[in-house]
Amino acid sequence: MNPLLFWFFACLMLGFGVAVVANRNPVASALCLVVCFLGLAALFIGLDAYFIGVIQILVYAGAVMVLFLFIIMLLDLKAEERRKINAVALLGGGVVSVAFMFQIAAVLRNFPEGRKPFPELNLESLPGHRLDDLRQVGETLFAIHNLPFQVVGVLILVATIGVVILSRRELK
Amino acid sequence: MTLTLNDYLLVSGLLFAIGFAGVILRRNIIIIFMCLELMLNAANLSLVAFSRFHVGANGLPNYNAQVLVFFIITVAAAEVAVGLAIIVALYRARQTTHVEDINSLKF
Repeated sequence: MNPLLFWFFACLMLGFGVAVVANRNPVASALCLVVCFLGLAALFIGLDAYFIGVIQILVYAGAVMVLFLFIIMLLDLKAEERRKINAVALLGGGVVSVAFMFQIAAVLRNFPEGRKPFPELNLESLPGHRLDDLRQVGETLFAIHNLPFQVVGVLILVATIGVVILSRRELK
Repeated sequence: MTLTLNDYLLVSGLLFAIGFAGVILRRNIIIIFMCLELMLNAANLSLVAFSRFHVGANGLPNYNAQVLVFFIITVAAAEVAVGLAIIVALYRARQTTHVEDINSLKF
């Protein structure tokens, strides 16, 4: 991936990520999160993970964010009125985040592997010499990780039933 | 100037820190939920970067990491559905989404 494109999409993603936290209006936060996810999908596609990039857009920027917006509008949330800012929470959040960044920087400084450029892909063995990453993901998913895949199916069934029961008018 | 793995890990760490700060600072439960999604996506970004970095003997990225990302996205979608259903039920009972107004479990 072109480094300029990478930094453009990374800054877009981080900038709108900050906007998600900083906005007082929940609808504006949700829309900023959509742009943030689109930037992230662009980074995935730049890493040759086309399938992950596409489901990032379809599932996250599409389905999940529509659900968020739907609930925000359903509950008719107004922009938060300014409450007294909790100084302990502000200080704690800031300190923990900055400490986390220092931790990441210290780990990355002592990680010489990470300073190598990304290795080139060898596409000679593939039909048409093009990266068919959807087929590769599918083969890995169904051949090696078949059991977890079926367990995830059960998980989604349980989540569906759970949501139906939770949203009944009378919770018993 | 070429891109290295550290660039991706740094961006992923920054995204995680933003999400984490949001979870601690914000008081609206829906915004907190969105910030949790940001943190999950930061993990996804580093997994995909590791997948592309670890090119195997066949000259292709390591697809185990991308399958893990696929599972994370699936579980996150299910989690969002259940979480928002809980928030709607909570709003029906208390008419608020502000975490400081919901303290009946607080010691």
